[in-house]
Amino acid sequence: MPKLTIDGIEVEVPAGSTILQAAEQAGIEIPRFCYHERLSIAGNCRMCLVEVEKTPPKPIASCGYPVAEGMVVHTDSPMVRKGRRGVMEFLLINHPLDCPICDQGGECDLQDQAMGFGADHSRYDENKRAVPDKNLGPLVKTSMNRCIHCTRCIRFITEVAGVPDLGATARGEHMEVGTYVEKALGSELSGNIIDLCPVGALTSKPYAFVARPWELAKVDSIDVLDAVGTNVRIDARGTEVLRILPRINEDVNEEWLGDKSRFSIDGLKRRRLDRPWVREGGKLRAATWDEAFAAIAAKLKPLPGDRIGAIAGDLVDAESVLALKDLLASLGSTNVDCRQDGARLDASRRDFYCFNTSIAGIEEADAILLVGSNPRREAPVLNARIRKAWLASGLPIGMIGTDGDLTYPVTDLGASATILTDLHAGTGDFAKILAAAKKPMIVVGQGALARPDGSAILAAAWRLAAQVGALSRDWHGFNVLHTAAGRVGALDLGFVPGPNGKTADAMLSGGVDLLWLLGADEFDPSRIAAGTFVVYQGHHGDAGAHRADVILPGAAYTEKSGTYVNTEGRAQRGFMAVYPPGEAREDWTILRAFSAVIGKTLPYDTIDALRKRMEQVNPVFGRIGHLARFGCSDHTGPAGDPSVLSDSPLGSSIRNYYQTDPISRSSPTMAACVDAQSVHSLAAE
Amino acid sequence: MTASNGSAFEQPASFAFDAESEAEIAKIVARYPEGRQASAVIPALYIAQRQMKRQTGSAWVPVKAMDAVGARLGMAPIRVYEVCTFYFMFNTKPVGTYHLQVCTTTPCWLRGSDQVTEACRKATGIKGWGETSEDGVFTMTEVECLGACVNAPILQVDDDFYEDMDAEKVTALLAALRRGERPTPGSMAGRQTSAPDGGPTTLTSLNFAPEA
Repeated sequence: MPKLTIDGIEVEVPAGSTILQAAEQAGIEIPRFCYHERLSIAGNCRMCLVEVEKTPPKPIASCGYPVAEGMVVHTDSPMVRKGRRGVMEFLLINHPLDCPICDQGGECDLQDQAMGFGADHSRYDENKRAVPDKNLGPLVKTSMNRCIHCTRCIRFITEVAGVPDLGATARGEHMEVGTYVEKALGSELSGNIIDLCPVGALTSKPYAFVARPWELAKVDSIDVLDAVGTNVRIDARGTEVLRILPRINEDVNEEWLGDKSRFSIDGLKRRRLDRPWVREGGKLRAATWDEAFAAIAAKLKPLPGDRIGAIAGDLVDAESVLALKDLLASLGSTNVDCRQDGARLDASRRDFYCFNTSIAGIEEADAILLVGSNPRREAPVLNARIRKAWLASGLPIGMIGTDGDLTYPVTDLGASATILTDLHAGTGDFAKILAAAKKPMIVVGQGALARPDGSAILAAAWRLAAQVGALSRDWHGFNVLHTAAGRVGALDLGFVPGPNGKTADAMLSGGVDLLWLLGADEFDPSRIAAGTFVVYQGHHGDAGAHRADVILPGAAYTEKSGTYVNTEGRAQRGFMAVYPPGEAREDWTILRAFSAVIGKTLPYDTIDALRKRMEQVNPVFGRIGHLARFGCSDHTGPAGDPSVLSDSPLGSSIRNYYQTDPISRSSPTMAACVDAQSVHSLAAE
Repeated sequence: MTASNGSAFEQPASFAFDAESEAEIAKIVARYPEGRQASAVIPALYIAQRQMKRQTGSAWVPVKAMDAVGARLGMAPIRVYEVCTFYFMFNTKPVGTYHLQVCTTTPCWLRGSDQVTEACRKATGIKGWGETSEDGVFTMTEVECLGACVNAPILQVDDDFYEDMDAEKVTALLAALRRGERPTPGSMAGRQTSAPDGGPTTLTSLNFAPEA
């Protein structure tokens, strides 16, 4: 490891590091625009100039200059200061002076660095160049005059997103960043180029001219629109969530965020349930909380526990799930289920339903088999991790139930689930690849589980994993990729039918007389038997609410403090950013209040007491943010007969990435995305 | 399809390599190792441009042709757009039958490129750079150094260099082109390649003729 001195500080860094990285380690910040630690090095902005002793007497771009033993670097010498001031002057030549009307204002790298390293005035009085704005679809707004040609967006969309839509056309004075042929960006991660853009050339279209960064209250939270558990920051002003940005978490999302999670926030303001409703004479009428509770209590009183049931939805926090489970238990019911799509998940052992390899672990894998899953649509951030692994090692990736471009090459193994049997028998080239792999991964999607032979597929996938060595003392290659943020947490809390309990299917088709839907919308409400009294507790007037007899307005994820367990089994906690609208309340408090009305008061008065109870039910909830990775020594598989696989084709459970839940379905921005992607080539706005 | 380059001309609806182009591409692609076909992008774009010349009389590369190159070489379309727009030898909009490229870099300028330009303007009626004459026969563009400074000034017509130009010669050349003739390229002053004006002045006593 070479040792070098930067501004008098001696650092030792791995060979092959650049001066900029070494300076970072020494705690010295070097200004930069084009350099980004997760993208390839471009070296074209020239802002990171430093002086290195015993080299030709000229400033050196530190982002692309490898360190050497004994190097002496100065990052604040007169030569460096002069060089950076010159670079800044050139960058500003064609940059408009429109900071007062620029959405990047206040969080702009160019603004900040011009203050730090630029001159106090301009010597340029020629005409500035004008560049036509591009139409990149409904999410990313462009102001191309502001572009400084750092090419971060081009590198991101090509390297990380794997959808090479952006490029730099023409050259010199005429160079323009864009798509050349007008089209909406085809990536589910396109919003990240807004964060990456160091100036205001790429900004958020829905957020245009909405707020200034210093007006916003910033609250840490967890995204719930897929099961990755992306760490986000909610920026809110007053009662309104104005934008959502990713937070860095190397183990989960690095620093990326899917477009649905970033842009569907306008759905949080539409079709909201902001007061209780009670159905009278076939029509819903606005009611008070007392009336709503009384209506449920009256219905509940004569019913035996066996005729009461509850289904938890996809976006629910673990707190309300446990409160609901405890409430039903106090009524003598074990009819609870969180698998509203009918996924044949086996909750008897945690590694039967988790993404055990972990997201970061994908980078260690040397072969991947996807079964009935399209990670690009189901979890774009996780898909970017698979692509990262593929870029690094070129690992073979096979897929049963191919559909569409996953941004990396995939071996199409066919669509039938019976291929799992063939692979187990060692037939075919991919069986050999899996057998030869040291750290193979098998990823089972919800599309493979939410079907009649789901448990057979789960068992067959496990059997295959055990056979090809994916289950060993220090490697767990069996993975279930979830699409619902609340699902793993609910499974961890045992929100599945107890002994003699009824499944979601049975409850929907008349198995119960009172059905409590906790944000459950992902099924056809006409399946609910006519005589069933439905209580819908949730935040959006979606499918479930339309069928409800009593509606209890709950809080969306931005409006409550909640714990979510992502597909890996990592418990994470989000905080409340804004208050729920109108009379809506945090969900666990609704359940706690109702329990008091019927005289079965739940034994927790505060969220801390409830969380203590969660920890008792499953110790996972005591280790927030932490994920223990285990190997697998017990090869006993999940329930299910791996030999009764059906021949019907496998596919992803998600056809339309942009609209998967009540929030994104209410979002006009997401609707615009669907239109843009279906047209794919936009007419000029 | 709308190109974002502010184009006011029509892009063809489709483009496919003909047999002649396909044969040329195959030859070029074969020069590179497997998986490195993208290296052939520049020659492939030339081939597309020449095919357009054959088929439409105008040597240019429409977006569909760039897409065809991308598909043929396994490249994302945008990567081809980048290359094609970077080099001014590729015309991204239609040009006239004859593409007049006037070198105006310093040596040519010192030797009278202004007169060459003026003569072109007069003969064709073109006003500014990059324009096409009304009859669609000529397009005049300004180019940087063509690397033939010793025979400056240069007027490049399509792929041919006409050297040692002046206003008169330009007028005569353009008139000949209009008649459908194609004068032999090279020095218009009659000198041998870039040998001195009026014949060799040194080493005249040596006989380089091969011994019988």
